[in-house]
Amino acid sequence: MESNPEARPILSAVGISKSFPGVKALKDVSFDLLPGELLAVIGENGAGKSTMMKILAGVQAADEGQVLIEGSPADLTSVEKATEQGIALIHQELNLPTNLTVAASMFLGREPSRFGFFDQRQIRGRSAEALARIELDCSPDELVGNLPIGKKQLVEIARALSAEARILIFDEPTSSLSAKETRRLYEVIDQLKDQGVSMIYISHRLGEVQRLADRVVVLRDGEYAGQLDRHEISHENMVRLMVGRDISQFYQRVSHSPGDVLLEARDFLSDAHPDKPVNFSIRAGEIVGIAGLVGAGRTELVESIFGVRQSAGGRLVICGKEVVPQSPRDAISSGLALVPEDRKHDGLVLEMSVRENGSLPSLGRQARKGFVDSRKEVEAVDRMIGDLKVKVSGREQVVQTLSGGNQQKIVIGKWLATEPRVLLMDEPTRGIDIGAKQEVYRLMHELSANGLAILFVSSEMEEIIGMSDRILVMHEGSIAGELPRDQFEEEKIMTLATGGAADPRSVTS
Amino acid sequence: MKKNLGIILLLAGVVIITAMLQPAFLKVANIQNVLRWTALFGLISIGVSFVIISGGIDLSIGSLMAMSASIAVILMTEKAWNPALAFIIVLGIAGTIGLIHGLLITRLKLQPFVVTLCGMMLYRGIARVITRDDQKDFGGVEEFTALKFLATGKLPAGSPEGIPFPLVFLIIVGIIAHIFLNKTIYGRYLLALGNNESAARFSGVNTDFMKVTAYVICSFLAGFTGILFALDFNSVAPNTFGNWYELYAIAAAVLGGCSLRGGEGSILGVILGAAIMRVLYNSINILQIPTRYEFIMIGGIILCGAMADEIAKIVKARKSARKSAASS
Repeated sequence: MESNPEARPILSAVGISKSFPGVKALKDVSFDLLPGELLAVIGENGAGKSTMMKILAGVQAADEGQVLIEGSPADLTSVEKATEQGIALIHQELNLPTNLTVAASMFLGREPSRFGFFDQRQIRGRSAEALARIELDCSPDELVGNLPIGKKQLVEIARALSAEARILIFDEPTSSLSAKETRRLYEVIDQLKDQGVSMIYISHRLGEVQRLADRVVVLRDGEYAGQLDRHEISHENMVRLMVGRDISQFYQRVSHSPGDVLLEARDFLSDAHPDKPVNFSIRAGEIVGIAGLVGAGRTELVESIFGVRQSAGGRLVICGKEVVPQSPRDAISSGLALVPEDRKHDGLVLEMSVRENGSLPSLGRQARKGFVDSRKEVEAVDRMIGDLKVKVSGREQVVQTLSGGNQQKIVIGKWLATEPRVLLMDEPTRGIDIGAKQEVYRLMHELSANGLAILFVSSEMEEIIGMSDRILVMHEGSIAGELPRDQFEEEKIMTLATGGAADPRSVTS
Repeated sequence: MKKNLGIILLLAGVVIITAMLQPAFLKVANIQNVLRWTALFGLISIGVSFVIISGGIDLSIGSLMAMSASIAVILMTEKAWNPALAFIIVLGIAGTIGLIHGLLITRLKLQPFVVTLCGMMLYRGIARVITRDDQKDFGGVEEFTALKFLATGKLPAGSPEGIPFPLVFLIIVGIIAHIFLNKTIYGRYLLALGNNESAARFSGVNTDFMKVTAYVICSFLAGFTGILFALDFNSVAPNTFGNWYELYAIAAAVLGGCSLRGGEGSILGVILGAAIMRVLYNSINILQIPTRYEFIMIGGIILCGAMADEIAKIVKARKSARKSAASS
């Protein structure tokens, strides 16, 4: 359905601002959603998309600004109130309880009841109706936990519809779906459009935005960066608005002649996919990216290499020595370091200071006979703060209060203090702003120029194409293909990542 | 020091109020009494604070003390073993029990609460079985005088106005514990592990080893202090010896600034916490408040302390939030 510019917006965000400790997530953002349109909200990670949507869905409250629904101010201070207004968020991490039936989960928290007992007949009837509305072939009595992830998501949509939602918000809905599930989701979205449902669609997959969106709003660093009407939506225009500069300037990968092989996996098995042997090797000075969908086993692979998880078999050669680390301790002494995916949970001890975090993995080097040498520790941490340009009020600042970018610099810095030969990085720029991103990229370049081998996992297409010398594409635990630099194309990567047959010429193994 | 300011004020408050209401509180014998008991409770409180800082809990302390004391008294009197050898054997047993706790928690992934709750019942049961539920005595005044000096002696030796000997143990153990926690890499690992086990492991900390170490320290100190208590009482009543002591120790640790969420705590704070517990108990006695009010007073004052601490934190957080809002 073409959006009608004369129509009165069903929802308007007016001057929304939101801060978290150490970071301003949204600055004075305004936009309109017209009835029956699909508005895509795009931006890099950390641009503020998810925060904006959480405010609309009542998960978080805005510090400043207002949301109008059909022209009048709406109270969105809780999820219940947002639901009453007809707003429903389809979560990025699906959050249906897995131990309930489809019908029960659809009415969770608003069960029709008679005298305090569930009205099972109504629950089953109305859930069957909602499932039929999006032509989802699934019994209301099925356990949610038994459904494949694509169907779970459709159940969430059905659940929103059964709650009379008029505005659906999709937060990166295809990030964990297979190609087939993704096509099915698009069909459902087309049906909903025909039924006049208004939708906000968050994504950083530009291909799908081009396919689906009536209009695009771009956020950058928490600010409104511009919008594109239907006929203006193109890959180049979106990237220009998202990044705010020419993409080729943003990534300046200069390949070096690679040195010795520093990490080699021979029929290596991660714990999550013990039946999928993985083979690859990385040389000093190389940056190798691992692409793939969420759930393809990328994190499990790097964590198995690092000894966080127990590998299920196979061999690893690290810096010329054959070892399979049994713990991160082993991995560190072999010359590995891992910047983990979940910075707050695995990367940092949030309640501790910059000093204590910065020295944690290298504390043994800054100690004599088990006693910490405070002078050495302070020197090392101050050097890290200076080298990495970490913005802190002092080395005793608690890391919790730092911005995501500065936190990530401390995670990288604490590893550099262990003088690793191979740096594993899992989503190294997740949740940090553009400026910090650029600095992380600059660091990666510098480190590889100094002879480090870098293996990094990323879900951001631009990043993986811009930063890698080679790309390994994973699909369901296997390496589906390896692409050299002259074959980096978004389409090729996606085809491999979704299990599509690769063009045989594009696979060099 | 700043962290411990609140608890120092609380201790000073209780001491001053009690002394004003009943000057007998300040008599040398009474002060010696309070110090001796503070030292004994301080030792088990330091032990449990390691476990609490690691993010765990130990409910078996009182029972383990009873078991250790029972074994010690039986070996020394009925079996007539060399007291020093018996002492060492009991410490070995206590340390091994800590090792078992730690391994069950780290290898089998049992919850600390479950492991040590079962331990609490098991060791009490063992103490009762091996003593056949009989009270065991160390015998007359003349026997084991050297050993008893450890629990009831005063320094310098022979002076009635001297320092109770257990205070020596508390000071030595306290200093070692403080240095371990604040000056060694292992102390840092323990604090990191208590705050965020996952991040500590990702950083190469041998988290399982550190946890096991904490349980070994705790059980070892419980066994050691158990024997001192038995020497102090001159007897072991297996059914009641050490009842509630784990909870006193945990309360002292919490009063002293340990968070039951782990990752936080200072040894000086814990010692001060143990001192408050003992002064409170003593003041109930000396003010001739009926002992049935004991738990109400101790429970109430600890709760108030914990509340004051949290309220102070909230006020501080609001202030700093306002400050950062004003500056941005």
